[in-house]
Amino acid sequence: MLLSYDWLSDYLKINLSPEDLGEKIERTSVEVDSVFKRSDGLKKLVVGKILSIEKHPDAGHLNICQVDVGNDEPQQIVCGAPNVEVGKKVIVALPGARVGGNIKIKKAKMRGVQSNGMLCALDEIGFPKEIVPDEWKDGIYFLPDDAKVGDEIYSYLGMNDSLIDLDVTPNRGDMLSLRGAVYDLGAVLDQKVDFDETSEPSKGDEFSADSIKAEANESLAPIYQLKVVKNVDVKPSPLWLQIKLWNLGIKPINNVVDITNFVMMKLGQPLHAYDLDQITDHHLEVRKAKQGEKITTLDNQEHELDDVDVVIADAKKPVALAGLMGGLQSSVTAKTKNIVIEAGVFDPVLTRKMAQKELLHTDASQRFERGVDKGNVENALNYAAGMIQKNTNGIASKDVVTGSMETVNPVKIAITVTKINHVLGTSLSEADVISIFKRLGFGIEKQTDKLLVTIPTRCWDIKIDADLYEEVARIYGYDNILSTLPITTTTEGGLTPKQKLIKKSRQTLQGMGLNHAISYSLTNADKAKMFMINPSEETILQWPMTNDHSVLRMNLISGLLDDIAYNQARGVVDVPFYEQGRVFFRNSNDSRPIEVEHIAGAISGSLFSSTWNKKSEQVDFFEIKGIVAKYLETLSLKDQISFVPNDKIKEMHPGRTALIKLGDEIVGFVGQVHPTIASQFKIKQTYVFELDLDKLINADKTEQQYQIVSSYPSIKRDIAMLIDQQVTNEQIYAIIKRRGGAFLKDITLFDVYEGEHVPNGKKSLAYSLTFENSNETLKDDVVNNAVKKIEKYLQEELKVEIR
Amino acid sequence: MSLKEDLETIKQTGLQEVTAASDSKALNEIKVKLLGKKGPITKALRGISQLSVAERPIVGSFANKVRDELTDAINEKQTQLEREILNKQLASETIDVTLPGNNIPMGHPHVIQQVIDEIEDIFIGMGYQVLNGPEVEEEHYNFEMMNLPKNHPARDMQDTFYITKEILMRTHTSPMQARALQQHDFNKGPLKMISPGVVFRRDTDDPTHSHQFHQVEGIVIDKHITMADLKGTLEVMSHKLFGDKFKVRVRPSYFPFTEPSVEADVTCMNCEGKGCEVCKGSGWIEVLGAGMVHPNVLKMAGVDSQEYGGFAFGVGPDRFAMLKYGVNDIRDFYLNDLRFLTQFD
Ligand SMILES: [Zn+2]
Repeated sequence: MLLSYDWLSDYLKINLSPEDLGEKIERTSVEVDSVFKRSDGLKKLVVGKILSIEKHPDAGHLNICQVDVGNDEPQQIVCGAPNVEVGKKVIVALPGARVGGNIKIKKAKMRGVQSNGMLCALDEIGFPKEIVPDEWKDGIYFLPDDAKVGDEIYSYLGMNDSLIDLDVTPNRGDMLSLRGAVYDLGAVLDQKVDFDETSEPSKGDEFSADSIKAEANESLAPIYQLKVVKNVDVKPSPLWLQIKLWNLGIKPINNVVDITNFVMMKLGQPLHAYDLDQITDHHLEVRKAKQGEKITTLDNQEHELDDVDVVIADAKKPVALAGLMGGLQSSVTAKTKNIVIEAGVFDPVLTRKMAQKELLHTDASQRFERGVDKGNVENALNYAAGMIQKNTNGIASKDVVTGSMETVNPVKIAITVTKINHVLGTSLSEADVISIFKRLGFGIEKQTDKLLVTIPTRCWDIKIDADLYEEVARIYGYDNILSTLPITTTTEGGLTPKQKLIKKSRQTLQGMGLNHAISYSLTNADKAKMFMINPSEETILQWPMTNDHSVLRMNLISGLLDDIAYNQARGVVDVPFYEQGRVFFRNSNDSRPIEVEHIAGAISGSLFSSTWNKKSEQVDFFEIKGIVAKYLETLSLKDQISFVPNDKIKEMHPGRTALIKLGDEIVGFVGQVHPTIASQFKIKQTYVFELDLDKLINADKTEQQYQIVSSYPSIKRDIAMLIDQQVTNEQIYAIIKRRGGAFLKDITLFDVYEGEHVPNGKKSLAYSLTFENSNETLKDDVVNNAVKKIEKYLQEELKVEIR
Repeated sequence: MSLKEDLETIKQTGLQEVTAASDSKALNEIKVKLLGKKGPITKALRGISQLSVAERPIVGSFANKVRDELTDAINEKQTQLEREILNKQLASETIDVTLPGNNIPMGHPHVIQQVIDEIEDIFIGMGYQVLNGPEVEEEHYNFEMMNLPKNHPARDMQDTFYITKEILMRTHTSPMQARALQQHDFNKGPLKMISPGVVFRRDTDDPTHSHQFHQVEGIVIDKHITMADLKGTLEVMSHKLFGDKFKVRVRPSYFPFTEPSVEADVTCMNCEGKGCEVCKGSGWIEVLGAGMVHPNVLKMAGVDSQEYGGFAFGVGPDRFAMLKYGVNDIRDFYLNDLRFLTQFD
């Protein structure tokens, strides 16, 4: 929404520069996107008069013009425009000029003929194409005949007016008109506003009711009124009106349409004018569209209608999309003689739905969606009719035809000064508050313990006391409100145990060299269901933007593999990542998924890069398993965790993957990504893990208790054995642990060997056992017996050969 | 020559030889030669028996003295030789201590997480709880309970990923306001909480838009919480996040769930308030939205809006990180390019 500084100045005494006024508006009303002039960035554009025209000898479409720009000698300019005409005042870009798009104009030869400048069309001097009147679309622009040769052109085209571009929030529909802005700024600047909107009286003695009938349902159009103006002379608007419109970003069409737009911009009431003689049976009705009806709107777009659409229809067919745009067939053209002007209020929700369905967001629909001043509809209609009568030599009818008219009562809100201060933290007096409401033009009635505030209909968005706190705050000034901190009873801040564990998990994994990644929760259908232990229904978006972000992830690893791919494609080979976040599992009967906290890691390459003295090592299964085990240890879960070989996760290497179990429950897995999956992701060999963090958090933790460090020496014994290859470390470990006796404190595997000197199908393992008694010195034979017992059971249960 | 004189000579020549010894091996040979069983002192001691009884102890003790002196000299020489060897060895072990140390693996926290952690710490310090809400929300909580009824024009501000008609990806962390209000027992004191998390908008990803980003919601509800308290709270946060020299200003805005609504600006980090391209010349950067909680939000959550009220705010850690570190493409946060991530410690 553009506000014209000049137009505001017609109603207010503004002692602020346009920029400062913009700042003021931003601090008190709505955001300001920019403040600019249409002449910004332009240079050396002057009024010229075409003295003579001669055809270019070598190019038929070019003309050599001699142009008076106020110098002693005329300027020779070659011009390709079809409408050059001797005697016309034109826009001349002199050599050295800057025109639209920051283009510099230089002296040049055009097909061999010297050209000292350029004659300009409106779009060439920076006018957006959509606001250039059709009349001037395909040629150079003619300035008024009385424009003074050699003058800068800007003031002739209103280009020195400063325009303030407002970003109007949904609650400030009142700011979408000059009237609303003037009242608002009047309050802000503390000036009494005299906004004259008296209409010119109708000259005619005919009644609209004799020429048109109106019918409207209040649920579709709470207010719907029509007024007829006959015998209009439709032609281009006077320049002042065209300037006003194009400065506000609206394309001038003809005097009738321009006046309806002008009144909308001035008073905030959207209007539409129909060619009365195109209205079948002179009957207009607001109704729901019938399935299959069609209309071609003014922008030449055909719309297929259904019952989402609300239309204005004559006896036969829709003639307008209510609140959006009129139809082409009944539009006002140069041939139009009699018109009917429509002023209505259309339902905001219906308008919004329709605008979305028809992809037609217009100045009118924008206003109806936010609401308009229901107390000013008829006045705006009369105002427009009076103006059209005056500018088109038409004759306005005496009356207004009403299809619907909702009763409009001003809102009254009871409020106390105490409550205002209580909410804002201010210490305003009653007089302060009353003065602010008076500035805003609100009515005030002092009652014993409160103020009764009457809100004018032009501030239709103010409905409850909280809305009035806002009015007080912004007029009083947010800068004048103090900065304090809440005074309450003491509250205990802090993280929950779960939040603490999640934070600690992040720190632990970072400490072990993994970088924190944050990937997208929305992924594609394939990746969403990779790396899963338990089956789950996927959760799919109804209208995704792209297939790549269309399904909710059910694992974190696939996102991390994408991240690895991104890095490796850019030459970063060593990529250690972890991610903590939610995955989404869904039961087939539920529409809403269950959100589960997961934590996952993925490492490709090595944890650190080679340096001058230390070669980096490729991460292998045992490195990542070590990371997982150490991490679980920090969660005090070490004793309950086991790793079980698994070949069922199809994205994982079948021989290098272990399920991670907490007691009997599967909580995740660790292993190597299947080579075919790795190549699918275009990544090098990668090891990953993924854990159900919720299960880990909810698990019973091993109580941490201090144990006295034994002051007696410990005794170490090694056991080496030969064993079938299929027997796992886990099995051996379990037997040693179970049979090791009370003094066995630690079991460490220190050697695994297969190959030379070991029979086929066998492997050699060696464990170091530590025995300790915290009460007395351990005797050798106690330890020897313990080792013997271990060896006996290993032999019996696993057929190991002790070496 | 007397025996004593012999011993004196043995001592003198012996000491000379010890001093002259060039290495341990030579010294050891000297030691064996002088003090060994076949050495001159042993030999001399054997000749004592031929002396008179009176002389025997004198010469005997002299012989012992000579042996001790030689032994000491040899030991001292030995120590000296060893020290020389050690020094030589140490000299040969000299390294260039300016060469880089080993690479100790250490991961980096994500820059967005750092900002969230900072915000959490600030508010925990002021007595706020941290609550985490669902990322897949009911439309009812995401919109209706936030005073955004169906077909409200403000829904345009939040294009939504729907899963079903009623279930959606939350478009903001605000629904946690409603959930917290419903759960909180006001008999036990005020509600003071923040709720960080990821949110989703149906946007095309570009330098300033991401279909996924982060928010931290905050709300304080009690019997007397004011707009001034909101201003003060936002100032504390901005000062702690950006630094004390940054000023905060608020100006009117609109959110359906607050009334009055404000947007808060902070002094532009790029130009420190002088005006530049980043702040479009204003010297201020918009950083967050806030306001006094709308009575409808309180009512719908079952809180008496006559007795209770307070403020709420929503900040964007992504935006904060962009401003703080001069990142100009929000997508950089989600590409997880290590060359980007490892710049933030
Ligand atoms: Zn700046």
